[in-house]
Amino acid sequence: MKDTAASTVPGPSSRTWDAVVVGAGHNGLVAASYLARSGLDVLVVEKNEWIGGAAVSRELHPGVTYSNCSYVFSLFRPEIMRDLDLPAHGLQVLPYESGAVFKRDGGYVAMYRDHEATRREFARHSPRDAESYDRYSRDIMRYCRFIRPLLMRTPPDPASFKLRDMSEMAYLARHFLALGSEDAAEMVRFWTMSISDFLDEYFENEAIKSYLAVSSIIGTALGPMSPGTAYVLLHHYMGDVDGNIGAWGYARGGMGAVTKALASSFLAAGGTIRENAPVARIKVREGRAEGVVLEDGEEIRARRVISSMDVKRTFLGCMDPSDVPAPFLEKVRNFKSRGSSGKLNIALDGVPEFTALPEGSPCIQGDLHFTDTLERMERAYDEWKIGRWSSDPFQDTMIPTLTDPTMAPPGQHFMSCFVQYCPPRLEGGREWTENDRDAFGKAVLDQIEDYAPGFKNRVLHVEVRTPRELEAEVGLTDGNIFQGELTFDQLLFNRPVPGYAQYRGPVDELWMCGSSTHPGGGVMGAPGRNAAAEILRGMKAGTTKKTEMRDAYPVI
Amino acid sequence: MPTPSFDTIIIGAGLNGLACAGRLAQGGAKVLVLEAADQPGGGALTAEFAPGYRVDRLAHLVTHLDGRMLSALKPEAHGLNWAVKSMPTTVLSAEGRHLTLTGAYGASAPGLDPREARRWADLRARLLRHAEVLRPLREITPPLPGKGGAKGNVVALGKAGLALRRLGREEMQEFLRMILINVHDVTEESLTDDRLRGLLAFDATLGAFLGPRSPNSLFLLWHRLSGDAGHIRWPSGGMGALAAAVTRAVEATGAEIRCKARVERLLTDGDRITGVRLEGGEEITVSRVISTINPRTTLLDLLGAREIDTGLVRRVSNIRMRGTTAKLHLALREAPEFLGADLRHRLVIAPSSEAVELAFNAVKYGEFSAEPVMEIMSPSAHEAGFAPEGHHVLSIVAQYVPFVRRGGWDAGARDGLKAAIMARLEAHAPGIGALVTASELLATPDIADRHGLVGGSWHQGDLAVEQMLFMRPAIGIARYATPVPGLWLAGAGSHPGGGISGAAGWNAANEILGAA
Repeated sequence: MKDTAASTVPGPSSRTWDAVVVGAGHNGLVAASYLARSGLDVLVVEKNEWIGGAAVSRELHPGVTYSNCSYVFSLFRPEIMRDLDLPAHGLQVLPYESGAVFKRDGGYVAMYRDHEATRREFARHSPRDAESYDRYSRDIMRYCRFIRPLLMRTPPDPASFKLRDMSEMAYLARHFLALGSEDAAEMVRFWTMSISDFLDEYFENEAIKSYLAVSSIIGTALGPMSPGTAYVLLHHYMGDVDGNIGAWGYARGGMGAVTKALASSFLAAGGTIRENAPVARIKVREGRAEGVVLEDGEEIRARRVISSMDVKRTFLGCMDPSDVPAPFLEKVRNFKSRGSSGKLNIALDGVPEFTALPEGSPCIQGDLHFTDTLERMERAYDEWKIGRWSSDPFQDTMIPTLTDPTMAPPGQHFMSCFVQYCPPRLEGGREWTENDRDAFGKAVLDQIEDYAPGFKNRVLHVEVRTPRELEAEVGLTDGNIFQGELTFDQLLFNRPVPGYAQYRGPVDELWMCGSSTHPGGGVMGAPGRNAAAEILRGMKAGTTKKTEMRDAYPVI
Repeated sequence: MPTPSFDTIIIGAGLNGLACAGRLAQGGAKVLVLEAADQPGGGALTAEFAPGYRVDRLAHLVTHLDGRMLSALKPEAHGLNWAVKSMPTTVLSAEGRHLTLTGAYGASAPGLDPREARRWADLRARLLRHAEVLRPLREITPPLPGKGGAKGNVVALGKAGLALRRLGREEMQEFLRMILINVHDVTEESLTDDRLRGLLAFDATLGAFLGPRSPNSLFLLWHRLSGDAGHIRWPSGGMGALAAAVTRAVEATGAEIRCKARVERLLTDGDRITGVRLEGGEEITVSRVISTINPRTTLLDLLGAREIDTGLVRRVSNIRMRGTTAKLHLALREAPEFLGADLRHRLVIAPSSEAVELAFNAVKYGEFSAEPVMEIMSPSAHEAGFAPEGHHVLSIVAQYVPFVRRGGWDAGARDGLKAAIMARLEAHAPGIGALVTASELLATPDIADRHGLVGGSWHQGDLAVEQMLFMRPAIGIARYATPVPGLWLAGAGSHPGGGISGAAGWNAANEILGAA
């Protein structure tokens, strides 16, 4: 990161920015970049001494770079990548090909990028499931195709009589009705059912089902048997790598490379970033945001304030309650952002040997899982409900350095272990302690050791992150990785709260662009892009430069 | 033996079969209702379970009886009397700190502290307002999403849309936010009293394969409240008397009801219905058969998978029927003492929303709850004739109890379940165990066996959002018609679902008559 703080920022009171963006995560930077490219004078303030938010790479063990929070790349909108010219700013994506779930009986089920290869693998476990896999893939693709265009549109307010809202509702209705009656009904059913029930309609093999259910519980305070989880699955499937829908990859150099490229693009467009600039308060005068006050008391004036923080942090943490309408605050208080995930980042002196995998299996380069039944996943969730971390946790584990050797010295590796479920507070509302955190970390390491004896001997360094660490470092309230749960009551026009789904806060010139807004979390960039579109749309013609902002690509 | 005097056969003389028969007969059809049991009523059934002790065998309260049926068939003129028109609910506390709600779903709740009472009044009003939006949908054939789906129902659908708009901007937004939310979060947002939170969690999930934390669970509470605005009724003489009165009312329309007539096979010629064959071999020829029994039984067993296309076979096979409810009937030698609670109320043991969720955990893995939640009703507290003088009976609906139990449903499992229920009762009515002179436990599979309820599902298919409206019983057969000309579905498995209501039967009859 080039040092922008010292060189380019003039004295505190001398300047009024066109926009100040709070938070240098991917959404903040996406919004900032679009605005800077439109000719606005934009400042991004970041509380940490590094940028990236939850798309961040830090070296916590000498020579080994971690993807400390988010760890895989797929959901990021390709349209934004092109608009902001991110490849030219250093972003490279390396697809990964496969993965496996290890079974307790010593076997494994693999999954490959290639549909036919996966089909053959499924046939090894259940011929019936191999047959069903075609039907399953077709149906999921149909739902993806439906939802993708909606990601880059501002949700309408169904309770409004404004022309724009009504015509957007009409668009949604047309989009939906175009499916035809039976398909439309099937899709409503899919959205409202549990992933467990959904998979039961296709598959019989438990390990296959638990592999396919993975995406439906990541980051979600729900178990696979909870209705609504089928949608969460889709939320993780609708991304692509180079047009391969549902494919996942690594950003070369770690997920921080995404925000580095964004920052570079933003700076090239004339923007300014200040690290170490934690916002204490968003200033409002006469119902209009007019800047931010940093924790050290410095005031930064701006014509508009754009918060990429989650809504709870923005409105409950950084605003004077008297500046915000009480009913809105009440809705924000009821916004649900219970954390459910933890993470271990591990520096390894060598590749662990998973006994189940045959020598040379490509699966080790992919996502690895140790939960071979839906029941084990669901039981892991039951523990979360009563304020415990899962004793038999679900993990999405990978070793990115097998694909991207730039992140560690030769022979060493970075291993990323995403863990469900991990509560924001423990039984009885107790806060986490260091001991709790270490015990949680141990449960995760022990599980890996069970499947890869000798694994622990290779561990050089471990970073254990519970929701507490995520909140303290990244700023995610209660450690919710999506800045708010992805249930229907908090999606589309309900996100973040009804009546405020169009990126506008309850105060003039106060905008929201984080994952708390539509279409939600994941390293997607769509909230930032959509917020910028709304801001530009409200500005007088002629005051901004025309900048490229692509509409959503259709799914072919 | 052909019986040319009928043009319509209805399979099953439960409330839906009776409602459908009455409506069609009034519309001029010649209707024969075939009932496998030895009396009509289906789930509305009062029977002796020990000498001198009678109880409502399955459903024991009425939350929604179809108003169209009541006014058109007038069962009140045929002997239907309400012993209770609005039964209060008491949430039991093991410390005797009971909470009683009276009126339409707790219009008054004197036990709440004033601040909580205000919060409850707000939430209750909101729930009822939202339920009111759904009410018109109960009485229509479900419109399909997509072109032409709403044909014939434009008026009712328009009414629902208007009701939604009439809520006003703020309230409409809340409706759309809450439509798929879970009941636990709502109680946490709005309330602090665990008894009240437990009651809402219990009522929303009663009879469902859902816990209060499961998304979509609030919708089931709306569904319940959209029936009779939250009033709970109980007919004089019990459910059996209600069924008898409706039966007489239906017979007065000219429809004929034959009991002990189990349909074994639907007869087809080419691809249309020609009649039915009864157990014993008798064949009855008609051009129209309306089944009010389980849709899967109807289509896959009585008709046969060969008669319908594979897509529909798959959908019908995938209808989820996972009963989670058991019944325990107790004969007591004197009145039980629930630490001062009024035995004439609906008594609920659901100490908190969390307790309901914990009870739900077990059933996901094929186990019954060690600490079940339950609803208790005592007919003998209201009327004589259910127990010998001075004695009492309790009818208990307990959940969560799986249909398929890991390890099977042997005698030991049943004893364990009964012990778990009794332990909860004992905690709330110390000494009750010693008063029991006889008992009858109907575990989920017993309910399935005795009443033909596949999977022990009282609603002939789980009540769940993904199995409602145009998805009930399955996509493609949600408008009462089936792909087989002449064959219709009109039971609880169809929209708007079960309960002692008759709405599905009435809606189907309307659709059949083209009067919808």
